[in-house]
Amino acid sequence: MRLLLPALALLGAAASLSATRSGSASVSQDAILSSVAPATLSAFGFFDGDAAHPSAELIPYKLGTPLFSDYSEKQRFIYLPQNGMLKAEESDGRLDFPVGSAIVKSFGYPSETGALKVIETRVLLRKATGWVALPYIWRADGKDADLRVGGARVAVHFKTSSGAIKDINYGVPNKNQCKQCHSVNGETMPIGPRLGNMAFPTKNDEKRLFARLFGPNTPVMKWTKWDDPKSGSLNQRATSYLQINCGHCHSPAGSASNSGLFFDGKDHGPANAGINKRPVAAGRGSGNLDFVIAPGYPEQSILIYRLKSLDPGISMPELGRTTAHDEGIKLLEEWIASMKVDKP
Amino acid sequence: MKIALLVTAALLGSTAPAVYAKTIQVNIGADAQEKLQEALITAEPGDIVQLGEGKFILTDGLSLDVNKVTVKGAGAKSTILDFTGQQGAGEGLLITSDDVVLRDFAVENSKGDGIKSKGADRIVYHNLRVEWTGGPKETNGAYGVYPVDSSDVLIDSVIVRGASDAGIYVGQSRNIIVRNSVAIENVAGIEIENSFNADVHDNVAIKNTGGILVFDLPNLLQMGGHNVRVFENVIIDNMTPNFAPKGNIVGNVPTGTGVMVMANRNVEVFDNVIGENGTSNVMIVGYRFPYNDKNYNPVPSNIAVWDNQHMRAGWAPKISGGAEVAAAMGGSFPSIFWDGSGGAANAPVIADNVMALSFGLSDLAADPNTAKTAPMARGVKPANTLPAIKLPDTMEAAVK
Repeated sequence: MRLLLPALALLGAAASLSATRSGSASVSQDAILSSVAPATLSAFGFFDGDAAHPSAELIPYKLGTPLFSDYSEKQRFIYLPQNGMLKAEESDGRLDFPVGSAIVKSFGYPSETGALKVIETRVLLRKATGWVALPYIWRADGKDADLRVGGARVAVHFKTSSGAIKDINYGVPNKNQCKQCHSVNGETMPIGPRLGNMAFPTKNDEKRLFARLFGPNTPVMKWTKWDDPKSGSLNQRATSYLQINCGHCHSPAGSASNSGLFFDGKDHGPANAGINKRPVAAGRGSGNLDFVIAPGYPEQSILIYRLKSLDPGISMPELGRTTAHDEGIKLLEEWIASMKVDKP
Repeated sequence: MKIALLVTAALLGSTAPAVYAKTIQVNIGADAQEKLQEALITAEPGDIVQLGEGKFILTDGLSLDVNKVTVKGAGAKSTILDFTGQQGAGEGLLITSDDVVLRDFAVENSKGDGIKSKGADRIVYHNLRVEWTGGPKETNGAYGVYPVDSSDVLIDSVIVRGASDAGIYVGQSRNIIVRNSVAIENVAGIEIENSFNADVHDNVAIKNTGGILVFDLPNLLQMGGHNVRVFENVIIDNMTPNFAPKGNIVGNVPTGTGVMVMANRNVEVFDNVIGENGTSNVMIVGYRFPYNDKNYNPVPSNIAVWDNQHMRAGWAPKISGGAEVAAAMGGSFPSIFWDGSGGAANAPVIADNVMALSFGLSDLAADPNTAKTAPMARGVKPANTLPAIKLPDTMEAAVK
């Protein structure tokens, strides 16, 4: 890969941790709606010069329980076309975006100085025909990012919040891999923006989003935060973690529908939730274990085995993970250990 | 990649009709991963992605999500996608679009499955080789060729070696033909699972743990596997010790299995040559594990076996109680075996001229030690048999 320089991460765009909005850049509707994918991120006008300076037209948001992506830090933005309104589905607060919208998400790691070095920015574009997902990789000088439909691997070195040093080969997904996770019945769809799981950096950001929102008529329940015991029970936190990290593929309409293992937050019965469920097509992903979740026995549960593994033939999720999420695994181990044991 | 053609494609936009179909040539080289993946993404319906000769050294899984694309190499010996250094993705090549033709190349040493196609209707696998070159190992990927959740599947002239689950596996699909293919040194040679309407014929399943399996499992979106014909295959010497990681259903297949039918209905096994399988040539069994699924039927029903040529079987039965049965029967476990699932109403029709034995375990929860063995009366070939599977003409034309 021509541009896959190990040094890229070190030279990466230096942006302040909380991106400041200076934004004179104005977002281009033409670029969002174009049938030809722009070769550079700057064509959209989402950023004013570099990743640290999002356009004032973007609304920043956060997620209560985010998807684990190799400990990368993410900056998320929503762009809505002029006069475009969001609609919220009452059931789960999932947002329906008008044509011309975009969801913009930058991924990076803190440098020694604490500044965020952004590696890539992924965009989801709402065209008349549906959503399109594209990955852009920032240049070494951080001035612009280039479309890389084929994805890339970038060597990064960082320290996790619990102090562990990690050296990984971070994977920028290719365009198809974007869709693999964002797929609902074969169509590309956003995953993150559901009101119950959304939070905002400032009150003003929240106001700006809600000013563009129809509904819902009933209040949306706030989701449990996976790492905040005050926000819900162990069971709720584990379920929340699984829904966000696994439920996009492990649903009857997702990429892993054929597994019969569902973490989409809906009730499919205990077997389809993994309880004493035998593997179907796991291959060596089974780790010589019989059940996805063996109640009371995390060390005998395929779920834990696959979350710990770094081997591509075993590890889950299949994409976006080259290191283990120690804190998430700990939560799920506690959860499985706490389950009632049916039989000896 | 031919730049001029790409520019043309860009000008025409993504809705360019197939009449402008082009060939995108990709050759081996240091940037093979990126070049090949880009070609698979930028291809448009009707295009051919032509792979050059030699070894493509790949670092990640590849995927195709464009309808009506042909991926074509220079031959299953000469164009090799080598995934030995794969760092991510659950398979070597993943197809998620319809009307795709894969032909004339090889996939080697993928970390997970070899080639998977999901929700990919009318897919054709032709003249392919999928191989784990170190031979049978538990650390090999699960499936060699793995179409799942699809309608109209053609697998023709494919060879798979070394899969730690099934060499050729078709799951939760409808209208399937697997033919002229070779499965060697896999745990399961060819497996049809939770699928409807399949013809498996003119294949060679040799040196696997089990030759050809027709299974149905609980807790899946598509269950109730039925209408499967297994005919004119050579199913021989499936004596490779089971090397599947435990926990997987095929980990329970006894070494030395020819054909195994589990929890399906309307399955016909005829005109095969079956032999040199140390446990048994044909086994018909229920799903005997605890499960929690009220929509699942664990009992095989309406199974018929006729006009097969049997060679030796049963000299080394790797099945609970098998050695005792063999001893009682003069040293050999029978060539055909039914576990008795569901009782007489579900008894298979066995018209082959060999010893067939029932274990009489009509209750699926019964302790195997309570088996009451009894020879099965010879039946006659059923009057009404299943029709041949017919696939769309475009699919047959792709392998002409």
